[in-house]
Amino acid sequence: MTTDSPIDEQVKISVRHLNFYYGNHQALFDNNIEIYRNRVTAVIGPSGCGKSTHLRIYNRIYQLYRDQRAEGEIRIDGQNILDPSMDLLELRRKVGMIFQKPTPFPMSVFDNIAYGLKLHYKLRRSEIADRVEESLRGAALWDEVKDKLRKPGTALSGGQQQRLCIARAIAIRPEVLLMDEPTSAIDPIGTSKVEDLIGELKKEFTIVIVTHNMQQAARVSDYTGFFYKGVIVEYGKTSELFTKPKQKKTEDYITGRFG
Amino acid sequence: MSVILDNEISKLKKSILILCGMVEEAVVDAVDSVMSNDRKKAERVIENDIEIDHFELDVEEECLKILALHQPVAGDLRYVIACLKMNNDLERIGDLAVNIAKRALSYYSMSTEEIPVDLRPLTECTKNALSKSLEALIKLDADLASEGIAYDDVIDEMNRENHAKLLELMHRHPENVERYLNILNVSKHLERIGDCATNIDEDVIYMVKGAIVRHRTGIDGEFKRKKSS
Repeated sequence: MTTDSPIDEQVKISVRHLNFYYGNHQALFDNNIEIYRNRVTAVIGPSGCGKSTHLRIYNRIYQLYRDQRAEGEIRIDGQNILDPSMDLLELRRKVGMIFQKPTPFPMSVFDNIAYGLKLHYKLRRSEIADRVEESLRGAALWDEVKDKLRKPGTALSGGQQQRLCIARAIAIRPEVLLMDEPTSAIDPIGTSKVEDLIGELKKEFTIVIVTHNMQQAARVSDYTGFFYKGVIVEYGKTSELFTKPKQKKTEDYITGRFG
Repeated sequence: MSVILDNEISKLKKSILILCGMVEEAVVDAVDSVMSNDRKKAERVIENDIEIDHFELDVEEECLKILALHQPVAGDLRYVIACLKMNNDLERIGDLAVNIAKRALSYYSMSTEEIPVDLRPLTECTKNALSKSLEALIKLDADLASEGIAYDDVIDEMNRENHAKLLELMHRHPENVERYLNILNVSKHLERIGDCATNIDEDVIYMVKGAIVRHRTGIDGEFKRKKSS
């Protein structure tokens, strides 16, 4: 399934004829989608539909596992990231990822962010401190943790931990942020803060978010793709997909009449 | 979740249909009161309007409750939004029926003479337009709704003709101006009922097709006015 790109949008990621296999099992079938720059794109669909699988290809994190392979093309700013010559460290700096459960490193709040900075950049100590503050501010967490920078990251609340992970991801100045159900393990207040943050972050980054929560997709995203059985059934503006979906399957899924 | 929402939407549908019945009856009685000097019917229309008003509030509350508690999307969302809008129009039609009944009482309080212009084509056309709209709503049939919209121009034209005839009569018999004004108003109220029926038709099309046809020439028509860009 393809859509014509809206004239006022710039394509950041272009996925063409993407197939994905877990060993002999094919999980994604001919996925074609265009992700727009500085927009939030939500990916929705029932469990096992392939939405997380699809997302995990954008930074080739699936390659950490054996027997998983992708075919087709994913171009980020024109560069095919599935090309074997792609520098994975550079790709993962460019394409950050936030997972379902907050995954702070077992170190201080400060070091959680400084760690990635040291890995990717040669910075002076004062520059690192500046970047840590900048990232925590960017993740709307600074005011809450500025006096606890030396405390362990794991001592923060769930919502704060998730924003710490977002701060860690944005510290290395990625271009794309992938979020795999970023609020499913945190409470409503934490969720609302992360959602507000997503709205802010899209000014700087291109965001793709996988979510089980359809209201969340409707609230935070500009574009939505509906996946079913490894196929992209429908993709378009969120405002249209949630008011007048074109496909019956989409309508059935989002109105809770599935199956 | 979907079973609960389904039940709520069925309940809403039932309420809207009851309201449709009440409003249609009010219009028929109001027209009868004008056409055949039926005082009882006129009084009944005026009396029953409070029930329509209360029902309108109930329907609005039901809609708001569904929106707040279930956050419907797609077809469900369009259904609830369209009901919310139709609810307004139905209540307005009820008020217009009351106005017609009041004009009938006023007219016949001055004289028992027959109405000086033939209102029948307009009353029949308005009743047909309304029942077509309500049928489209009951059956969720966009084609029927489109047929209903076609009545609007005919009704407008009939109202204009009545207007011209009544003006002429007023010139000829200035002593009857007050009495004729009642009929002029009846004609205008009937035309307004036609407008409300058209609104309902447009809402039915939105419900079924997701297309907003207001201010356009037809279902797939272009906007009458060019969008300023």
